[in-house]
Amino acid sequence: MADYILETKNLGISFGGLKAAQDVNIRIKKNQIYGLIGPNGAGKTTIFNMLTGVYKPTTGTFYLDGEELCGLAQDKINHKGIARTFQNIRLFNNMTVVRNVMVALHNQPEYKCSVWESFFRLPRHFKVEKEMRAKAKELLRIFDLEEERNNLACNLPYGKQRKLEIARALATNPKLLLLDEPAAGMNPHETEDLEKTIRSIRDQFDMTILLIEHDMKFVAGLCDEVTVLNFGTVLAEGETRKALKDPEVIRAYIGG
Amino acid sequence: MNALKNIRWRHYINYIVIGIFTLVFAIITLTGGRLDSSLLFMLEKVAISIVLAVSLSIVVGFLGELSLGHAGFMCVGAYIGGKVAAVLEPSLGNTALNVLVCLVIGGVVAALCGVIIGIPALRLRGDYLAIVTLAFGEIVRSLFQNSSDESFGGTIGLETPRYTKQYLFIIAFLMVLLTLLVVQNFIRSKHGRAVTAIRDNEIAARASGINVTKYKLLAFTISAFFAGIAGVLYSFSNYRVQSANFGYNYSIEILVMVVLGGMGNINGAIISAALITYLDSKLATVLTGDLAVLQNLIYALILIVIVIYNNAPGLKNFRDRYNLTVLLKKIFKHKEDPARRTDDAAKWDVVPTKIEMNEILSIDVKPQDLSSDKPTKGGDK
Repeated sequence: MADYILETKNLGISFGGLKAAQDVNIRIKKNQIYGLIGPNGAGKTTIFNMLTGVYKPTTGTFYLDGEELCGLAQDKINHKGIARTFQNIRLFNNMTVVRNVMVALHNQPEYKCSVWESFFRLPRHFKVEKEMRAKAKELLRIFDLEEERNNLACNLPYGKQRKLEIARALATNPKLLLLDEPAAGMNPHETEDLEKTIRSIRDQFDMTILLIEHDMKFVAGLCDEVTVLNFGTVLAEGETRKALKDPEVIRAYIGG
Repeated sequence: MNALKNIRWRHYINYIVIGIFTLVFAIITLTGGRLDSSLLFMLEKVAISIVLAVSLSIVVGFLGELSLGHAGFMCVGAYIGGKVAAVLEPSLGNTALNVLVCLVIGGVVAALCGVIIGIPALRLRGDYLAIVTLAFGEIVRSLFQNSSDESFGGTIGLETPRYTKQYLFIIAFLMVLLTLLVVQNFIRSKHGRAVTAIRDNEIAARASGINVTKYKLLAFTISAFFAGIAGVLYSFSNYRVQSANFGYNYSIEILVMVVLGGMGNINGAIISAALITYLDSKLATVLTGDLAVLQNLIYALILIVIVIYNNAPGLKNFRDRYNLTVLLKKIFKHKEDPARRTDDAAKWDVVPTKIEMNEILSIDVKPQDLSSDKPTKGGDK
C-alpha cells in the first residue's frame, strides 16, 4: 500500500440528494505531479475539501502513505502531511509576508514553545522566534519573495500572492501538496514561471503534488498522470497525454 | 548606552510610562505623604479599567470575536475574591498577602468560567457568540443576585474587608503591569500569531494546521483570567460587591474602551480606558444638582466626537510626529540598524506621513519642470 503516497478508495460525498463525488479512486506515486481535471462543477475542489478534512466523505476513505486519515480534523490532517492552497487566495492579509509563513511553521516539532514560556519570554521563546524567522526567510528566498517579506500580504501583486500561498503550504512540511488552480488568473509568462516553480518544488523538497487546473497546456506540460472527473465520477485516468485524447474526455469538455 | 540603543522602544514604552507613573505615586504614599482618598479611588478605578480593556482586547482585537460578557467574568472574580478575602481575614489579616491570594483565586475561578463557557460557545462565531457571551454575563449576575444572604449577600451585595487604601492602588497598578506583560508577550509570540491568523482567515488558519478551537479557548481563558483579577481589585476598592453593577451596560462600556483605542492596539486600549474612566467620574463630580441629568448626554457626546476625530488625518500626522517613541529616540539618539528592523516595525515606519509625502512631492515635481513640458498659456497655437 505504501507504494502510493495517496490512495483514495471509493471516495464519495453527497449533499442531500446531490452526489458531488462518487467512487473516486486516485492513486498517486511518490514524487509525481498529478493532475485533477474536469469541467466546471465536476467535483474537483470537493475532493480537495475531503482530502483536507473540510468535508467528511459519506463513502469510502483515503490513505496517506498507508495511514488512514479519513475523518480527522483539518489541523490534524495537516499535521499528518497534507497541505493545500485555495482557489480564491486565502492569505492572512493583515500580517506581513514573513509572518504568513511563520504561522504555518507553528506545528513543526523543532519550534516547540509552551504558552507559559511565551507568557514570560523565557529563553526558548527568543530562540524559537529567531529560528522560525530564519526558516521563513529561507522559504521566501526560494520563492523569490524575500524582498517583500516586510510588506503586508494584501499588498502583494496577484502572482506573488499565489506564490506566497504555496510557500505557506510548504512551511507545514507536507508529504503531499494540493494546489487548487494555481495558474488561475495568470498571464502566459507567469504561468510558465509557475510551471518551473512547481517542478523545482518537486525536486527540491522531494514533494508529491496534486493539482487542479483548467489550463490544458499547463497540465499537459507538467503532470505525469491525471484523473478526469465529470459530474462527480471518474471519466478517465492515466498518463496525461493519453487521458486527454480520450474521446469521452473531449466530449465532456467540448460537447458533442 | 549601547544596550539602550538596541532596545525597541515601541515595545516597552507602555511599561515605562505606567511604571514611572506608579513609582511617582508609590513614592509619595510610601514616604508618608497622604493622598486625597478620592484621588486614590480614581487611580484604582483607572487601573481596573485598564486591566479590563487590555484583557478584552485579546478577544475583540486579536481574535476578532465579539464578547459582550466581560463584566460577567469580572463579576465572578469580584464575588469569589470578596468571599475568599472575608474567609481569610481572621488568619491573614489585612495584609498584601491576603489581597494577592484573593487575586490569584479570583482570577483562576474566572478563567475556569472562561473555559466552561468557552467550550460550547466557541463553536459559534460572530453575532451568535456575542449573544451567548451576553447571556453568560446576565446569568452570572442573576445567580449572584439571587444567592442567599449568608453565601453572597443576595441583592444587598457582599461586604468585603477593608484593605488600606494607601497601598491598594499600588497593587492595582502592579496588576496592570502584569496584565500588560502577559498579554503583550502572548500576542507577540507564536501563539499570539496563531490567534491573529485565525482573525485574518480562519479557513486558511485551519489548513495551515492551527487548532482553531484550542486557540480560541486559550484567548478566551486569558481574557477571563484578567477580567477576574480586575473583579477582585474592584471588590477591594469598593468594600462592597453588588451584582447590579455588572450588567451588560458595563460590558459594553469595556467594549467601547477597546474599540475606541483601536482594534488590536493595546496602547490605544490603555489610553482610552484611562480617559473614559477619568471622564466618567469627573463628569459625575463636576455636574451636580440640576445639571446631573446631563451627565450621560455629555459623556455620549464626547465619545462620539472622539470616535469621529480619532482617525482624522491631521491628528494622525500629529501623533506620527510627536509620539513618545519618537521623543525617546531623539533623547537617546536611537538609530535603527536596518538589519534589525522587525517586520512590524517596518510596517509602520515605511509609510510616510502626509507631511513627508508633501515634502517628497515638492522636491520631485518642481513647478518649473512642469512648465518646460507644457506650452504656456497664450503660447503658439
